[in-house]
Amino acid sequence: MTVHKLAAAAAALGLIAATTVAIAQKTSTEAIEEYREMLQDGNPADLYEMKGEELWKKARGPKNASLEKCDLGLGAGVTKGVFVQLPRYFADTNQVQDLESRLVTCMSTLQGIDPKEVINGQWGKGERANATALATWVAAQSKGMQFHLPQSQPQERIAYEMGKRAFFQSGGSHDFSCATCHGEEGKRIRLQDLPNLTKNPGDGIGFAAWPAYRVSNGQMWTMQHRLNDCYRQQRFPEPTYGSAITIALGVYMGVNAQGAKSAVPTIKR
Amino acid sequence: MGDPMRIRAQAKDGNVLVRILMSHEMESGQRKDASGKIVPAWWIQEVTAKLNDKQVFSCEWGPAVSKNPFLEFTVKGGKAGDKVSVSWKDSKGDTRTDEATVS
Repeated sequence: MTVHKLAAAAAALGLIAATTVAIAQKTSTEAIEEYREMLQDGNPADLYEMKGEELWKKARGPKNASLEKCDLGLGAGVTKGVFVQLPRYFADTNQVQDLESRLVTCMSTLQGIDPKEVINGQWGKGERANATALATWVAAQSKGMQFHLPQSQPQERIAYEMGKRAFFQSGGSHDFSCATCHGEEGKRIRLQDLPNLTKNPGDGIGFAAWPAYRVSNGQMWTMQHRLNDCYRQQRFPEPTYGSAITIALGVYMGVNAQGAKSAVPTIKR
Repeated sequence: MGDPMRIRAQAKDGNVLVRILMSHEMESGQRKDASGKIVPAWWIQEVTAKLNDKQVFSCEWGPAVSKNPFLEFTVKGGKAGDKVSVSWKDSKGDTRTDEATVS
């Protein structure tokens, strides 16, 4: 072999080595994105959607009624587009309600199901699991639509201010607040990028990404579950299902996400 | 009987791409519950698929397959309008069969 050929071979080897390095240099974020994309095609959230649709149409509970007359904010029985306008004020309950708490109201008034079965229930069990499936299906009807939460009622504006305060209020044994992790750009926990929730974090991110299927534990999580676990991770007492603070935080995040497109139901690691 | 599967079947270039999402706990028998007791194993053991009553796919699974498993395979031949039927049988003897039309 001539010196020339040797040099060429060495150069080729060098090229291969360089390429290998380039592949290895794919950032962890990119690798996770790729993994999520592969999972997206068979997102088990679809199974919860199917279950939710069935629960919506089926006559159940002591009153043996379906939820098809449930008013989620845009009139009785309307499911398309409601998710991107929740939480909002409801005159009949005189409360600002999010999707899950409104579904609980409907389950109680239309079907006669005791709200305590959801509120005091366990994640993934009984009526609370049913509420999760219903929320997944209803939310999925607004896929690709932009968030525009109403702020015309004084109660809705109060909820926003309340949510803002709760978001920045630090406490617990670790002196954490929501803002500790979600108050600025470029933060992450291990490999998970954390969205900045004080503004619109982008389409399908943050508020626009839940309900989501969690691959790591095989559970479907609604925003209620997400918030509950955020508080648990901050070492705060876990908030009551559908309580005022969870809804206020929903209003704060939802209003901030104005214009973001909903990607729900999504899939998370 | 288990929860329904979600089956999608698409004809493309003379083949049929079948994508199946199954709803199953798929307990490995290795996990313990909150009180420290082992959660009994419970998983899908056999999966079979038919295209118009002709068996085109079969496999045996172990407990290492994930919860709510997703399965994808391509069948040679087949066209839009054909029927795809998928069945599974789990370690408790429970079975589930669902059908879809190739689009």
